[in-house]
Amino acid sequence: MKRRLLLLLPLAGFIGLAIFLYMGLSMDPFGRDSALLSEEFPPFELSTLAEPDRRVDESLFEGEVTVVNVWGEWCPTCKQEMPQLLDLADRGIRLIGIDYKDTRDKGREFLDEFGNPFELNIFDPNGDLGFELGVYGAPETFIVDADGVIRYHHTGYIKPEDVRDTILPEVEKWQR
Amino acid sequence: MAAIGRTLMVLCLVALAGAVNADAVRDFDDPVVEKRYRELTASMRCPKCENQAIDDSNSPVSADMRDRVYTLLQEGRSDREIQDFMVDRFGDYVLYNPRLEGRTLLLWGLPFALLVVGATVVALIVRVRRRASAQALSAEERARLDELIHSERTE
Repeated sequence: MKRRLLLLLPLAGFIGLAIFLYMGLSMDPFGRDSALLSEEFPPFELSTLAEPDRRVDESLFEGEVTVVNVWGEWCPTCKQEMPQLLDLADRGIRLIGIDYKDTRDKGREFLDEFGNPFELNIFDPNGDLGFELGVYGAPETFIVDADGVIRYHHTGYIKPEDVRDTILPEVEKWQR
Repeated sequence: MAAIGRTLMVLCLVALAGAVNADAVRDFDDPVVEKRYRELTASMRCPKCENQAIDDSNSPVSADMRDRVYTLLQEGRSDREIQDFMVDRFGDYVLYNPRLEGRTLLLWGLPFALLVVGATVVALIVRVRRRASAQALSAEERARLDELIHSERTE
C-alpha cells in the first residue's frame, strides 16, 4: 500500500508546480516593491512648477509625513487619479507633486483644470528626479516619512478604495 | 531619372534606419566600450515592459536608461558599477541574470539540488531492482542454474 502511494509522488509534484505557476499568471508584474523602500529620498535641486526662481531640495520632506505623487499633463491616468488626491488633501494630508517630463505651461493648465491638491510641485522636465526615484511611468506615488525616508510605493492608478484601504493606513502608520 | 530615383531611395532608407533605432548612432572612441554598451543594454530588462531588454524597447524609461549607461561608460565606470546604479533605482528586476547572493541561493541552487535528488532516486531504484531480481530465484531455479553451470563445465 505504501509503495502504491509513492507512485503518486510525481503527480503530486506536478500538481504543486502547476498551482505555483498558475498563481504566477494572476500576479501583477507592476506590483513589485520599489528599490527605494527604507531609503532616504534621493538628493535633488529643482525649481517649483509655480515659481521658476524658487529652488527646492530634499529638505522639503523633513518634519512631516508626505505623499509624493509623480504626474504629468501627458498622462491620462493622472487625470483620473486627481479626485482621490484631492480627497487625501481634504483629510489634511500633505501632498507634494512631481511634474514629470512636462512643460511648465501644460503642467499649470493641468492643475487649473483638474484641481491642485499639492502644497507645491517640483518641476522635473527632464525626468532626472524621476530616474533617481526609479519611476518608469506615471502616475507613481510614494509615502515619505517625517525623516525623509521612503516608506511606501504605489505604481499606477490610485483607485477610490485605495485611499481608504492602503494610502490612509500607511500615512497614519508613519505619522506616529 | 533613374539617378534621382536611386538617390530618393537611399535617402528613404537612411531616414528609416534613423527612425528605427534613433540612438544606434552613439559615438564610441573605443570599440571595447561600444561592445560593453551593447552587452549591458542587452542584459538589462526594461522596467516598464514585461520582457524586453532596454536595447530593444521604445519605452521612454528604456531610452533614459540607455542614455545613462552611455554616460556612465564615458565616465569610466565598471560594468558592475553600472549594474549597481540601475539596481539601486529600479530593483533586481532590471537584471536578466539574477546575482548569486543569499536571497537567490534557492534560485541558483535548486536545479543542482534537484539533480542530486534525481540521481539518488535513480541509484536507489537500480539497487532495489538488482537485489529483487537476485532474490527472485526460487530453490528450484537455483538447482537448475547450478545444474546448467555444472553441465557446461563437464562438457
